[in-house]
Amino acid sequence: MACNCTAEEKEKLFNSGVLTDNRPGAVLPPKELWENKKGGLVVIECPQRIPCNPCGTSCPSGAVVPFKDINDTPAIDYEKCTGCGMCVAKCPGLACFVIDLTYGPDKAVIKLPYELIPVPAKGDKVKCLNRTGEEVAEGEVLAVMQPFKDSTNVVSVVIPKKLVSDIRAIKVVR
Amino acid sequence: MELIQKHPILEFKHGKEVSFSFDGKELKGYEGEPIAVALTANGVRVFRVSPLMKRPRGFFCAIGKCSSCFMTVDGVPNVRTCVTPLAAGMKVETQKGKGLVPLETE
Amino acid sequence: MNKDLTTDLLVVGGGAAGLCAAAEAAAAGVKVTVLDSDLHMGGQLVKQTHKFFGSKDEYAGTRGYKIAGILMDEIKELGDKIEMRVNTTCTGYYPEDGVYTAMKGEDEYYRIHAKKAVIATGAQERMLPFPNNDIPGVVGAGAVQTLMNVYGVLPGKKVLMVGAGNIGLIVSYQLTQAGVKVVGLVEAMPKIGGYWVHAAKIRRLGIPILLRHTILEAKGEDYVTGAVISEIDDKFQPIGKPQEIDCDVICMAVGLTPTTEIFWQAGAKMQFVPQLCGHVPFRDKTMRTSNPDLWVAGDAAGIEEASSAMVEGRIAGYSAAKALGKKMDAKKFDEYWARLDHLRAGEVGTKIRAGIAQVMVEGWEA
Repeated sequence: MACNCTAEEKEKLFNSGVLTDNRPGAVLPPKELWENKKGGLVVIECPQRIPCNPCGTSCPSGAVVPFKDINDTPAIDYEKCTGCGMCVAKCPGLACFVIDLTYGPDKAVIKLPYELIPVPAKGDKVKCLNRTGEEVAEGEVLAVMQPFKDSTNVVSVVIPKKLVSDIRAIKVVR
Repeated sequence: MELIQKHPILEFKHGKEVSFSFDGKELKGYEGEPIAVALTANGVRVFRVSPLMKRPRGFFCAIGKCSSCFMTVDGVPNVRTCVTPLAAGMKVETQKGKGLVPLETE
Repeated sequence: MNKDLTTDLLVVGGGAAGLCAAAEAAAAGVKVTVLDSDLHMGGQLVKQTHKFFGSKDEYAGTRGYKIAGILMDEIKELGDKIEMRVNTTCTGYYPEDGVYTAMKGEDEYYRIHAKKAVIATGAQERMLPFPNNDIPGVVGAGAVQTLMNVYGVLPGKKVLMVGAGNIGLIVSYQLTQAGVKVVGLVEAMPKIGGYWVHAAKIRRLGIPILLRHTILEAKGEDYVTGAVISEIDDKFQPIGKPQEIDCDVICMAVGLTPTTEIFWQAGAKMQFVPQLCGHVPFRDKTMRTSNPDLWVAGDAAGIEEASSAMVEGRIAGYSAAKALGKKMDAKKFDEYWARLDHLRAGEVGTKIRAGIAQVMVEGWEA
């Protein structure tokens, strides 16, 4: 999340919904585990305490630690995460992602939620956007799933590995 | 008509398409949907003109609580077009001023 | 056509709270009549395309409009115990004889005799004063949702959203889904009022959220052709150079206020509570007001969320049924309150709890 801004600028960005650094509920996985985990690990960006827990109740492996208090921010047990992406599809805030660093030497795969049209198809080239919607790279769609058949698509996109901390959305160009 | 053709989540089911008149012009809308919605879909934005300052008024709250959408429908003034269902052949008119209730003639 | 109607429990408002109250009371054997001035039941739920937050009990992860469907299914199971009347507006309550009046369209008038009532009339949009705020094109956020999500009509091409509370943030996302360009949001406060994740969603799509900004005027003769916005200081005074915005819709999402006319007419004890966003009736834990025949539930009791509206509706329905002599399971009442307390336990519930504390009474004399 390299952000060359002052503390004041960072605060202003955060106050308008842009994450500028790690916070409880919005952290990156531990480096070594992440670099070697085939299938990827979950990255949740939910730094605010709100009454909400579908990420916890939808996780089949307990990687999103079951909530003691529904207002808690999500906590992750990375050893248990299989990168299945159920939370990506379930989160009402579209705040969950799965990032796999093992795809290639300088490519990674991000699974992100998508609820717009047109829906991308396998093989499509898409624009990759950062947290303020700027186009920072081009990506290729590996797969499009809809695990709960409820109109939230989980799109797997191949992206440049050096931008895994920045890319959080895609734009489909037809 | 300015209808949403495709939507990522919703599928729209409309009722029967019917004709109605707006200030003498024939327009089409869906039976049973609010008159104000049919007008908006046809690009009509001004529903009435206020009595004192002659201000244009239109769609605002959509739940029958604000009075912006009052129009004269089939001769009856101050109809809340945002919660009144459209019927075939309705005569909808821009309400200019306070609206007059049609009186019975002896 | 003028008619007399008789029922045990009248529920005014068929939204989240009203439907839950009706279902709860009818399941206990009460004859219920539900009125709604809209053309369908479901209130604000039917327009919510986003997935709800909260816990499984309150359908977290389910899209709002589907929740309306779930409640309607529950009501259908109760058969003719519940009578639903859409396109019917309650026009008054006369405390001298306890009669309600209602109108359907322009021609049908009803006098309704009900033993008890749950008033779940919801809320209405607030407004900001600025020049030309009354011309077509300046629309409430709820109205934009109705056009887009209920009737599939485009509200316009370019929208300026005023307000970054949950409604402003969510409707901006829904506009984007419908293919409408949101040119930006202006928010007077130094931070967004709604959930951070709602803002993050739209920021990732490149939609600007301008904090400490407000709208100075709407431009246009017969309808909106643009807007002028400006940065403001901490005293809400404009600073710097005003900015011209090209838009044809100015969407107002500056807050809701409870709809409480029936309570005023009933002479119920009321109070202005800033945390609940307006005047609300005093109530006890059963959600009964100072009028022994009127209960309150949902946004009419204080602006909150759909999840709490549903539980309040259950509590009101339960309590009205009990007052009508039905045998009720006290465990249910406690369970509902536990759910409500749970929803309000966190930081986001602090304001609500402070507001409710001002109008919650231990019990009523009679």
